[in-house]
Amino acid sequence: MAKTHVTATINGEETEFLCDGQQTMLDVLRDEMGLTGSKEGCGSGDCGACSILVDGRLVCSCLMFGAEAEGTDIMTIEGMADGDKLHPLQQKFLEHAALQCGFCTPGVLVASKALLDKNPNPTEEEARYWLAGNLCRCTGYDKIIEAVMDAAAEMRGE
Amino acid sequence: MNYLGKDVELKVVGTRPIRPDGVEKVIGRAAFGADFRVAGMIHGKVLRSPHAHARIKSIDTSKAEALKGVRAVITANDLPNIPSEEAFVGEGPANFRDMSLNTIARDKVLYDGHAVAAVAATSPSIAEEALRLIDVEYEVLPNVIDVEEAMKPDAPVLHDDLFTQGVDPKPTKASNIAKRMEFKLGDSASAFSKADVIVERKYKTAPVHQAYIEPHACVVSYGADGQAQIWCSSQGQFMVRAYCAKLLGMDIADIRVFPLEIGGGFGGKTLVYLEPLALALSRKSGKPVKMTMSREEVFRGSGPTSGGAINVKIGATKNGRIVAAECEVMLQAGAFPGSPIGPALMTPFAMYDLSDVTIWGYDVVSNRPKVAAYRAPGAPVSTFATESAVDELAKQLDMDPLELRLINAAKDGTKAVYGPTLKDIGFVETLEAAKSSSHWNSPLGDAAPGKRRGRGMASGFWFNIGGESSGATYVNEDGTITVVSGNPDIGGSRASMGMMAAEVLGMDVKDVRTVVGDTTSVGFSFLTGGSRVTFATGMAVTQSAEMVRDELCKRAALLWEIPAEAVEWKDGKAYPAGDNAGKFDPLTIADIAGKSARTGGPITGKASINAQGAGPGYATHICDLEVDEETGHTTVLRYTAIQDVGKAIHPAYVEGQLQGGAVQGIGWALNEEYVYTKDGRLDNAGFLDYRIPVASDLPMIETILVEVPNPRHPFGVKGVGEPPIVPPMAAVANAMENATGVRMSSLPMSPPRVRAALDASEG
Repeated sequence: MAKTHVTATINGEETEFLCDGQQTMLDVLRDEMGLTGSKEGCGSGDCGACSILVDGRLVCSCLMFGAEAEGTDIMTIEGMADGDKLHPLQQKFLEHAALQCGFCTPGVLVASKALLDKNPNPTEEEARYWLAGNLCRCTGYDKIIEAVMDAAAEMRGE
Repeated sequence: MNYLGKDVELKVVGTRPIRPDGVEKVIGRAAFGADFRVAGMIHGKVLRSPHAHARIKSIDTSKAEALKGVRAVITANDLPNIPSEEAFVGEGPANFRDMSLNTIARDKVLYDGHAVAAVAATSPSIAEEALRLIDVEYEVLPNVIDVEEAMKPDAPVLHDDLFTQGVDPKPTKASNIAKRMEFKLGDSASAFSKADVIVERKYKTAPVHQAYIEPHACVVSYGADGQAQIWCSSQGQFMVRAYCAKLLGMDIADIRVFPLEIGGGFGGKTLVYLEPLALALSRKSGKPVKMTMSREEVFRGSGPTSGGAINVKIGATKNGRIVAAECEVMLQAGAFPGSPIGPALMTPFAMYDLSDVTIWGYDVVSNRPKVAAYRAPGAPVSTFATESAVDELAKQLDMDPLELRLINAAKDGTKAVYGPTLKDIGFVETLEAAKSSSHWNSPLGDAAPGKRRGRGMASGFWFNIGGESSGATYVNEDGTITVVSGNPDIGGSRASMGMMAAEVLGMDVKDVRTVVGDTTSVGFSFLTGGSRVTFATGMAVTQSAEMVRDELCKRAALLWEIPAEAVEWKDGKAYPAGDNAGKFDPLTIADIAGKSARTGGPITGKASINAQGAGPGYATHICDLEVDEETGHTTVLRYTAIQDVGKAIHPAYVEGQLQGGAVQGIGWALNEEYVYTKDGRLDNAGFLDYRIPVASDLPMIETILVEVPNPRHPFGVKGVGEPPIVPPMAAVANAMENATGVRMSSLPMSPPRVRAALDASEG
């Protein structure tokens, strides 16, 4: 099967890749680019572990074909920190012990960033509904919500 | 030595440092099972049975083998046919023959999703195409899914050679009842005559999956010299090594297992599924083989925990003293014997000081995936029943359920029904903490129109285990410290191991690097389970750090040319003491390490122990909820988890265990269940239809850590991971009864069932 040539900006860098018609964006990231921070927990868009931002919009990369990335600007968990300076969400997740096994963490962080980009001052309820698409089986979400609210406050300069 | 005395000032233990493996996990660089790859690897996939119960008449793999890109196809014939041999698996018994047959079916398939064959090919898509080319001829047999149906005399029998153990006389007819077990104290049958009030009821729970978000995954490389390397996500690298050696007929020394990060397990990764198949595929193809499960395969092919049917009878005097208790537990094992029937019987009355109690149960096979451990395996099932019954008793006695529990609470010296005399336990303390908690003392508040609001509480027990563990502490050339743990870190144990070592060495925890060793870089450790790691492996790590501390003192003495006992270790440095005090400048670890060649070589501490004296854990939970009368939907409004944790090494991760366990229990109570079609196929093998709690379902989960130290651990640790999943189902059911007046005796309390129960009660 002929492969499709795709050009996209991934974590700030213009990137070219070839993918076949059935490869998801998650497959491309993990298998072609070695960006394994995005995880496959279900492959059906139910768990959110593969969350990425496509032109700023929160997407489950397992539900997107690689070929659909043409011309888009994509951010994955690997692009969230600024060099060795962690994003405030990443820092707060560490401080609040908001991860146990850490498998859902990349997806939760990307989704949380999408929330704060859109709404810098969410209520707890808004944060809970926004993150309802990201399953975590370890934490019971308590410390995740604490970390998100604390990061939001810090980013607002409070 | 222990660090429990009032005069011991702890500087690291009890604080909340950032975990040593944290940054890798928030930047997406930590390597989990499916993230690992090696050069030249090919991809394996599993063909699974579409039938709940069928005889395999033939398997034709020729078309699959002929497909371009296919490198190997295996069936059970590519693995040794293992004789029956008892094995201790995780937190329950099992048999190596059954483990082998569960990995890949030989003559019969016993559940929808049972592995039948496997393929390795140059790409995952070719491997999948090859699966479709394998012809399996089945003779479909009648199936049985429900536990009570499976116990009936005319039920389809899964195993012709299964005769119930534990009954006299030994049965002559095969059945699905693998075993009967009983624990007894006093004489419950006659003690009921002393009771003023008796509650007797039947309860039922559905099987639920551990539902870790990371599917099982591994990479296996079998070399031409017969030596193999396995990289995988599991709850025990030594467990994977031992089981693979057994299932493949290899020597343990010929397998090296590298533990990758584990994306949740909760007991479900205390077994092997893919690794033996990948080994056989790698051996046959001569290539490294990578295998990952899809989510559907995780639900169909890996262990959920048991569902059960439970009969409870409890009697009490009118002043609230429980005088007699009985409980019968029928527990699903899945396709092979080995449900957690033992723990299910040991736990549900262990909160109470009872003199006349009988508890018995059955380990029952049916056409479901073989169960795996799930967080306090067995206890949530039986405790849902007994703690619901205790609540009913309180209601009949018109007593506060918390007071009723206080009147009957187990204390030091209480003899548990399963044998031991309990000591250093903190159950009463959890009840007292509940009684004085803000939650218990706050008004419930008014329900919105069309809704009903209630509060409930329940308690739970888990015995916790110790066992074989190894840890090592290495002083590096520059004076930094590396700690090696023998147990996969499933929820922050690298942090607690490093903290205990730092405390012993008087160091900043940031200067201690803790890693999880592979099977050749640290001594044997039993798997991560039974809430044992911080207790047992923590004890080994503490001892290894003490060896290093003592050796550092000895080396300083050599450098100063004074007796070793004249050296004191303080704040990470050696000080001359006694008559020599002040005579020399203190030496840092770096000073001593830099000169170690002159004083006897590298400085290392290693401890391999069989840790005894695990302290049991008690938990008490309080739940407020609101039920929508129209839809039957339940919203948890407030939830508090209280637990005796012994001593919290890293309190944030201990709280996390309480919160995570409570929420898994809330899911078990309200939503989760395996749903089967009439022909025995799993009907909800995905996260859309098997709904685990999401963030918007929940309130914050409040925690209260009660610390009654375990004197048999240097820092007082008790296992904390499992007790928090024991009380929630009854806490939710009791709150539901408080809200609606309806006793929900069957789990899950999903909206249609609640709606139906409300309808029935309104008659």
